[in-house]
Amino acid sequence: MKTICFYFEIHQLFQLKRYRFFDIGSDHYYYDDYANETKMNDIAERSYIPTINALTEMIENSNKEFKVSISISGVAMEQLEMHAPNVIDALQKLGDTGCCEFIAETYSHGLSSLKDEKGFVNEVLRQSKKVSQLFGQTPQTFRNTELIYSDEIGLLVSNMGFKSMLTEGAKHVLGWKSPHYVYHCNQAPNLKVLVRDFKLSDDISLRFSNSEWSEYPLFADTYLDWIAELPEEEQVINIFMNLDSFGVDQPLSSNILEFMKALPACAKARNIKFATPIEVVNEFSNYTSSAIDVLHPISWIDEERDLSPWLGNALQREAVDKLYSVAERVRICDDKRIKQDWDYLQASNNFRFMSTKSSGIQINRGIYDSPYDAFTNYMNILGDFIKRVNTLYPDDIDNEELNSLLTTIKNQGKEIAALNKEIKLLTKQETKNTKTTPKTTDKEKVKKSKA
Amino acid sequence: MMKVLMFGWEFPPHILGGLGTASYGLTKGMSMQEDMEITFCIPKPWGDEDQSFLNIIGMNSTPIVWRNVSWEHVNNRIGSYMDPQLFYDLRDKIYADFNYLYTDELGCIEFSGRYPDNLQEEINNYSIVAGVIARQQQFDIIHSHDWLTYPAGIHAKQVTGKPLIIHVHATDFDRSRGNVNPTVYAIEKSGMDYADHIMCVSELTRQTVIEKYHQNPEKVSTVHNAVSPLSQEIMDIVPQKNPHEKTVTFLGRITMQKGPEYFVEAAAMVLQRTKDVRFVMAGSGDMMDQMIRLAADRGIADRFHFPGFMKGKEVYEVLKASDVYIMPSVSEPFGISPLEAMQVSVPTIISKQSGCAEILNNCIKTDYWDIDAMADAIYSICTYPAMYDYLKTEGKKEVDEIKWENVGHQVRDIYERILKNY
Repeated sequence: MKTICFYFEIHQLFQLKRYRFFDIGSDHYYYDDYANETKMNDIAERSYIPTINALTEMIENSNKEFKVSISISGVAMEQLEMHAPNVIDALQKLGDTGCCEFIAETYSHGLSSLKDEKGFVNEVLRQSKKVSQLFGQTPQTFRNTELIYSDEIGLLVSNMGFKSMLTEGAKHVLGWKSPHYVYHCNQAPNLKVLVRDFKLSDDISLRFSNSEWSEYPLFADTYLDWIAELPEEEQVINIFMNLDSFGVDQPLSSNILEFMKALPACAKARNIKFATPIEVVNEFSNYTSSAIDVLHPISWIDEERDLSPWLGNALQREAVDKLYSVAERVRICDDKRIKQDWDYLQASNNFRFMSTKSSGIQINRGIYDSPYDAFTNYMNILGDFIKRVNTLYPDDIDNEELNSLLTTIKNQGKEIAALNKEIKLLTKQETKNTKTTPKTTDKEKVKKSKA
Repeated sequence: MMKVLMFGWEFPPHILGGLGTASYGLTKGMSMQEDMEITFCIPKPWGDEDQSFLNIIGMNSTPIVWRNVSWEHVNNRIGSYMDPQLFYDLRDKIYADFNYLYTDELGCIEFSGRYPDNLQEEINNYSIVAGVIARQQQFDIIHSHDWLTYPAGIHAKQVTGKPLIIHVHATDFDRSRGNVNPTVYAIEKSGMDYADHIMCVSELTRQTVIEKYHQNPEKVSTVHNAVSPLSQEIMDIVPQKNPHEKTVTFLGRITMQKGPEYFVEAAAMVLQRTKDVRFVMAGSGDMMDQMIRLAADRGIADRFHFPGFMKGKEVYEVLKASDVYIMPSVSEPFGISPLEAMQVSVPTIISKQSGCAEILNNCIKTDYWDIDAMADAIYSICTYPAMYDYLKTEGKKEVDEIKWENVGHQVRDIYERILKNY
């Protein structure tokens, strides 16, 4: 039986404000609060709320046969809590149906999987924790920032205990293979890998409302006919996209949600079912899966499906390297504001703004009017941030030494606490002793005096 | 075969501004088409112009009054840049009695070839002489560069009935920040009205021509300038750089149009934070003294230098010694100098109000009035090596692909179209 696996991503970065070089050292607040609030409100209203409600409705109307999975970056969760808590409510309602799997991802939506292993593990755990706090589910499936995947990252993710991971069905990786099978990581066979069918995904997220597209207008039965007509042995169809494809990229006036709502019934008629990633993995665990070899990281962006949208030019590489050069220091410190800025500054979008690739699709650069503008603004902010990190601890001590010093200090604290406890105990005993055996002391005194 | 009669004011090596450079590049680029024959008229040839790819006719060597002069004398006087036979052929085409004008012993009018106070008179004389040339030369199309030569173009068109193309390198709106000189405007406007087609060096200029001179948009097209490859002599200049200091350079006329005051203000902001940057404002102009006072007033005179007017090789010596080139022009029809800076691998900042901004990507663009953004861009290039290296390499790559040869083809296409419908 063919299975459709729907997955939607929710992420919005904390947009940076215009930050000139003369602000370095004097202004430590980097965000455009107004822009962030308006953007979140706008997208919540235009996209998230109607779409999440539609998904909930689909589950209820299909007798819980429709399944869906969602992941939310940590920074997006923070912004939703701040500016659009009704989205969190709607997601909780969706979660209550029992038909929605919440997926783990990076907290910052950054590139730590490539540059900072320790930080990566740490931020994934924090995101998972926040998910379980908000939605009462501990994620078992993982998706990395921008669906970035490589053998190495697969191993890392497997070691963290995840059972499945999502990535792109990149042509140069799959070659003649079909994306409609369950694969596994070649370094860690226990980690199953689900790969995106970009054609069927983009039909919805990229092309749905394009009246020049040869398949326009697309109807649910046509779409499911395509899936039903796939070869018998191709069983898993992974449709992954950003949740704001509904309402932002494809306007709701194109009736895209009506299209979605028609899917469960049409699927049933064609004997196609829905499942969440972990259900797919469990169901197919008895089948032998083949390994997927990804030496160089892949992603779901641009024609090349590689890292070039974020690390394609020297400006981007410089910015990313500068940022992660202080990763260790940030981890060591316990300054709350610095940790928070660390989360916000890592968002991959910041580096995408600096892209000089001509991919044919116009990049929305936000407040920046060129890649150079984006680079300058980011580097100015980073200049201030790194200065703050460096003032926490002297610059000339290297991280290893610092770490051991900090451990000593921490241990000293513990030691002191332990010693204090001991002293207390001893004084207690002492007072007890003095109370219970006053006679002895008297006798001793007498003895002493006699002597 | 395509024969063009061009009217221009400047031609290298004796040039005063960008017009001469553009005239040279354009004609050289066009001459790469085998069947293109160009005759270029200038007020005063010096004899050292490169005539290998076109013919130059001097307005000061074209007789308008018939004088009986010997071959020997003519050859002595003008032989270095003009065939004496051409002199006699031209003399046969004198079309009216100009004895009331002051002429020399050859029957020619003298020209300064510059922009003198009696420019009006020189323009008028240029047009009179053009009448003789138009009658003598064989050509398919007339091409006039900038307003000084529009009256000559109109004259030639009226005499021969050949189509007239005018090439707008600048308008008086650019030069005057809006306070146009009515006489100049009138000459510009009549040139445009008479022209069969108008070529502008940028879309910015094209819009000015359409809006301020009320031209039919269909008659106006944009033909962006390009740059000529650098000579080996210039490539070989070894940059004189101080490793401990960065140099930011402005190069051009110090006039209202070029926005020099924005550069001084941005420099003051940069110097508030960092000390190891020097600023150079090379050139001369009517705002120079004012700028020197402004720099002193901002307390940055020790880091802000005015080396004066530069020419030829000096220009490239200054450029090569720079880490940043900046052109904050308030209104720049095209602006060739940023391309020259990029040719010698200098990261460049230009105002969005410059025509060349339309074709350049690997440089930083800011609004001319946005000194915050300008200061930030200077700081960024001076502070972040990745930025410096990127603009240096990619800028050079980009500008090396902007060739006059391609511009030549564009111009040719326009010629063909005009002639077909004429």
